[in-house]
Amino acid sequence: MIFSHFSRLSILLACVFIVSCSSMGVSPWERGILAKPEMEMTDNAMDLAFDAHIYFSKEASSGGEGFAGGGCGCN
Amino acid sequence: MAEKVLPAADVDVTKMATHKKMKKISGLLSVASCSLLGSMGAQAADNWDVDTSVLIYSESDRVSAFEPVVSMKKDLNETDILSMKLTLDSLTGASATGAVPSSQAQTFTRPSGNGQFTTPANETPLDDTFKDSRGQFNLNWDKAIDSNNRRNLGFGVSTEYDFTSISGNASWTHEMNEKNTALTGGINLEFDTISPIGGIPQARSIQDVNQAIIREGADDNRQVIDMLVGVTQIIDRSSLFQVNLSYSMADGYLTDPFKIVSIVDTTPGANLGEPTSQIYEHRPDSRSKTSVYGKYKKSLSNEDIVTASLRLMSDDWGVSSETIDLTYRWQLDNGYYLQPHVRIYHQSAADFYRYFLLDSEAVPTDVTADYRLGEMDAQTFGVKFGKTNQFGNDWSVRIEQYVQSGNSNPAVAFGQLSNQDLYPDVDAIIVQASYSFVF
Repeated sequence: MIFSHFSRLSILLACVFIVSCSSMGVSPWERGILAKPEMEMTDNAMDLAFDAHIYFSKEASSGGEGFAGGGCGCN
Repeated sequence: MAEKVLPAADVDVTKMATHKKMKKISGLLSVASCSLLGSMGAQAADNWDVDTSVLIYSESDRVSAFEPVVSMKKDLNETDILSMKLTLDSLTGASATGAVPSSQAQTFTRPSGNGQFTTPANETPLDDTFKDSRGQFNLNWDKAIDSNNRRNLGFGVSTEYDFTSISGNASWTHEMNEKNTALTGGINLEFDTISPIGGIPQARSIQDVNQAIIREGADDNRQVIDMLVGVTQIIDRSSLFQVNLSYSMADGYLTDPFKIVSIVDTTPGANLGEPTSQIYEHRPDSRSKTSVYGKYKKSLSNEDIVTASLRLMSDDWGVSSETIDLTYRWQLDNGYYLQPHVRIYHQSAADFYRYFLLDSEAVPTDVTADYRLGEMDAQTFGVKFGKTNQFGNDWSVRIEQYVQSGNSNPAVAFGQLSNQDLYPDVDAIIVQASYSFVF
């Protein structure tokens, strides 16, 4: 088998996801609310960076929203 | 800095356009008013957006950190954005060594090998010489290649007394579906050098106050590769979501040179469960982590904003974790807002995590008693209060409490260990003040 069941399932889910995405969305003139700075996904980059540093140094997990790498000898 | 937050995969460039438009309007107003006043002012496009912030992190009876940050961003032209960030970090206080408490006072060698410290009976051994200062600089260049593609390049260097890190990253964002969908892919490479005072202790060697620490070298290094792919999707006029898949692979020296593991007495009698000695820990020299991250954001009809995120992570050390993060931005009058925050975290223990070792067993190849690799739950509760203005001068203050807890009295405890707290809570207060302006 070229693809495992997992790979096939992943491809199927990706296709469903892309098709689903194409049915979402708004026209450019409907983005007044989304254009607000506080609606950006990383509107609080400073807070996110502080939190990432704290939790990286106190827990065994890191990354997800951004890269997981260290840059600090605290863990 | 632990995590480099990828540039927001903003699916709607109208945000940038709106921002630039506001800047241009601001610039035009500035020019107009300056002309009226008979003097010439700089246009907004020549200005820097500056974010400043100070963080204080304080654990009761343990580590305290003071971290000021300055971040600057400037539009070089219509397509290029340059940003840089300087972080300073000062750490003091005591840190858990990994050793178990005893019914008797215990004396340990300091990590440097110079001197000793004594932990009173029935207390968790803490190394009270934990003190470090760190400086970090990040440079980032974001470039719009065309109307649907953006490239981002970053460089970072971080240095402290016994640790140096250099990293570089690149990411690409492609917008499609009338800019309702943004696909992002990125890679980060990091090179770390660890050089503890006195050198790196020999893994699994005994730490004994009557003997010099056996060293295996002056320093060591590790490399980390992070890869991330993600999609950000606008759902409707007021909501959007993001899904990221990431993979991280670390190779090299991943052991903590300051952590030790107690070896306890298994002989029946008065000393049952008493630590007889301790060894330096050892972790595998590679680690790969995989995570799935999802985030949802919605503006309600009253302009309040709800943000929810979930992260699932697992690695080949046996650690798996779940993180839920919720914020509610309560929009008040005149640009003020109040934002409660809740974060719930759980992780399982690494395969080689042990509370202690038995004197009747062979020392395993990999073993750690670092509580950060044990099974734990953590909760963060906090609130942020701030004010946003149309043309900068935003400020905010947030205060949070972070509590971490594990199994203080595990089933494996015996003898005097049954009377000890083998996983004491970590209780920390986080205070952050931020101010943003344009100059």
